[in-house]
Amino acid sequence: MTDAVATGGAVRGEPEEQLLPAEFDFDRVTDTVLQPLFAPATRAWWIGWSVSLALTLLMVVSIAWLFIAGVGVWGVNTTVVWGFAIANYVWWIGIGNAGTLISAMLLLTHQKWRASINRFAEAMTLFAAAIAGLFPILHLGRWFYFYWLAPYPNIMDLWPQWRSPLVWDFFAIATYIVFSFLFWYTGLIPDLAAARDRAQSEKTRQVYGVFALGWSGSTRQWLAFERFYWTMAALAVPLVVSVHSVVGLDFAVALMPGWAETIFPPYFVVGAMFSGFAMVVTLATIFRHSLGLQAIITTRHFEEMAKILLLGSIVMGFSYATEWFMAWYGGGTTERFLVLFELSGTYWPFYWAMLLFNVLVPQVFWFPRARRSIPSLLAVSLLINVGMWLERLLIIIETLSRGYLPSRWQSYAPTFWDVSLFLGTLGFFAFLFFCLVRLVPMVSMHEVRQLAAEKVSR
Amino acid sequence: MSTSTLLASFDSHRRAATAVSELRGAGHAVKEGYGPFSSEGLTAVVGERPSRIRQAMFFAAVIGAVTGLGMQYWSAVFDYPINSGGRPLASWPAFLLVAFELSVLFAALAGFTMFLVEGRLTQVHVRLFEFDEIRRASYDRTVLEIETPRQSEARQLLKRAGANSIEERPL
Repeated sequence: MTDAVATGGAVRGEPEEQLLPAEFDFDRVTDTVLQPLFAPATRAWWIGWSVSLALTLLMVVSIAWLFIAGVGVWGVNTTVVWGFAIANYVWWIGIGNAGTLISAMLLLTHQKWRASINRFAEAMTLFAAAIAGLFPILHLGRWFYFYWLAPYPNIMDLWPQWRSPLVWDFFAIATYIVFSFLFWYTGLIPDLAAARDRAQSEKTRQVYGVFALGWSGSTRQWLAFERFYWTMAALAVPLVVSVHSVVGLDFAVALMPGWAETIFPPYFVVGAMFSGFAMVVTLATIFRHSLGLQAIITTRHFEEMAKILLLGSIVMGFSYATEWFMAWYGGGTTERFLVLFELSGTYWPFYWAMLLFNVLVPQVFWFPRARRSIPSLLAVSLLINVGMWLERLLIIIETLSRGYLPSRWQSYAPTFWDVSLFLGTLGFFAFLFFCLVRLVPMVSMHEVRQLAAEKVSR
Repeated sequence: MSTSTLLASFDSHRRAATAVSELRGAGHAVKEGYGPFSSEGLTAVVGERPSRIRQAMFFAAVIGAVTGLGMQYWSAVFDYPINSGGRPLASWPAFLLVAFELSVLFAALAGFTMFLVEGRLTQVHVRLFEFDEIRRASYDRTVLEIETPRQSEARQLLKRAGANSIEERPL
């Protein structure tokens, strides 16, 4: 038995070693990670930054036009009252969930491969959650009253409706954004100190010095850091689950066919983690190549993430099957009709595309070669992102298009401004990342150093 | 005889840890260690400190939950009661989520504040940073802070233990 385990270990190689090449010492880690901060920007960076800035401006224009002309510029109608805005909201907040999942769950379960990817996964969380938070406000129509969701003493003598998931959403998202920021920033402090101490010019040193808050790396500070960081990680897991559960409840609390299902909260949480992980893989392939991090983000990291995507796709497939089964088993004609409508109605190509991208395509990860090849990882993760976005959109428009009252049935088609706003937020997301890679170390250096030190002492 | 404070830098945590035990054996006091990553080894030899971060987070979480529940109960039952088909005004299961979110929010904010206080992260620049090697403690050096009345003896011991540089702390 022991022999078998030993041979198995030898065949696959010592797992920790593949996380970091043997010749990597502290200096190499620091140089590799800080290089994009201090080196002059490349031409590719300028092009990417400019394109993303242009898309950001498109987002600003789309929002401005929405504010001027009202929600009538979108494709929503009196039957399908939720369109792209809510689909984008659910999709973005889902992406925002995986960063904390990686940071917290993988930290708590001592998954060492997390160290190379957690920094940008957390940044992804922060940006995605902030973008997600825009959409419910934009879709309000009278967006300037959004603060009515907050409990505050007012001359109307009104309070928010505490029994509404939309109010829960407000609290969940607000807490999540503040929490993610604190978690991300805390992990960043020791690395900002390294940037401060490696800075070439006095001005750079001062800027990083201010944000490093006087970090000296004393055991006193490391102790406080560890206690706070681990406790936050433990809190993050239930928080993440609560955030997307509430998003699921936004639908499940309604009485519409296809929405009023008890499976929704866990189904949304799994979907969020699935799409978020896909986005992490997409970003990891891009950063690895563009920031020269091949030695720090290794094939082993991708292999682990691919396995999680595979698991996610199986759970998603199971969730879809459960929905179909419950519609049939529950015996409600409207529910049964809705499933048929999904599979063969107005939007059938999108529904089948969703099934293909979310359930079928990720099955290639059963093959080790697919898990290790960067092109296949990038292709599959992009398709999952598309598939999950389709899922979010279809959940909304299928149900709303075919409610209980046939005389109210209508179909949904997006307008230019729907598409421009969505593309604009994608550009804004990229823009924030383009700025961030030049400002902040994109790999958690202190955790990679810990890995390197452990390797030496073994 | 007056005591002096020395700062000695090492290549690795392991060397520093060996030096700590030798210094302690010879009667010098090791006050603090600085390093580029969190190391249980270094913390253990320099000495653990009690921390109130988790207590603070726990109490803040309780306060957050009570605030959340209290606010909803008061507004739904006393300040703005709506009779909706005779359903109970104090519908507490619906109030749990906001209470939970507020308890997490309060805990995170309290924990971060305590982290800043306990880690003394309120001063951006301290005199300590004028020692060059301490600036390298953020990426590749391990630095020890030694308080001793017998400076030259401690210096010799540190040199033997493999210290890269030894300086008197600029205070």
